[in-house]
Amino acid sequence: MEITRTEFKRCDLVKAKGRIDSYTAPNLEEILNSITANGKFKIVFDMSEIDFMSSKGWWVLIETQKTCKKYNRGELVLVGIQDRIRESLFLVGMGSYFKIYEDLPTAIGSF
Amino acid sequence: MTTEIFPGRFESLPKIRDFIVNAAVNAGLNEEDVYAVELAVDEACSNIIEHAYGGEGVGDIHCTCKVLDNNLTIILKDHGRPFEPESVPEPNFNAPIEDLRPGGAGLFLMRKMMDKIQFEFTSDNGNILVMVKRIEK
Repeated sequence: MEITRTEFKRCDLVKAKGRIDSYTAPNLEEILNSITANGKFKIVFDMSEIDFMSSKGWWVLIETQKTCKKYNRGELVLVGIQDRIRESLFLVGMGSYFKIYEDLPTAIGSF
Repeated sequence: MTTEIFPGRFESLPKIRDFIVNAAVNAGLNEEDVYAVELAVDEACSNIIEHAYGGEGVGDIHCTCKVLDNNLTIILKDHGRPFEPESVPEPNFNAPIEDLRPGGAGLFLMRKMMDKIQFEFTSDNGNILVMVKRIEK
């Protein structure tokens, strides 16, 4: 899995490509933790090139969202989720904890 | 029927998924069902490594795929700790986010993605998980 990070004026953009499972989720967790550890809590996660996501990946995002939303200091938003991944997200019931955008400019502009 | 043995490590997950996807495609499952099977098996194997074995590098996972009576049947075997599936609570995602705790989502997804899942815990043959997906073309 490939992960990139871009800093914008009002938020950080993280993009992952490939598969997120129990093997690769710790890498994503490390990147997200490094952002919040630096006092930044407005994050856009671009999922447009993720073609597989297990519950381990969702938990990493949930834990990050918990950190970001504390004291109302920010949040993690998602963009470009492929249909079948979105289905499993809502099936498990985690979908309601995130704002989901279809396109990147709108997601970044939301901050 | 095809069987492969994988080391009980998270780095085996992509290879397990490839093996399962290959079997599902060959069995004639549609794209959506191939993903469902892939996800269910990934969740099951992650649970075997994390919970049955208590960590990586402890034991192997035996995967068997077979087509029988218009169903794709997947059998996973391990020699880790047994558990009580009924005692695993379903995740409660109506709770406020700060109250969420990990656990239960994998088993919940397995039950939703597959048409049938069945656990068997034996003293000499280890833990056996059978998962079935109807083949709808």
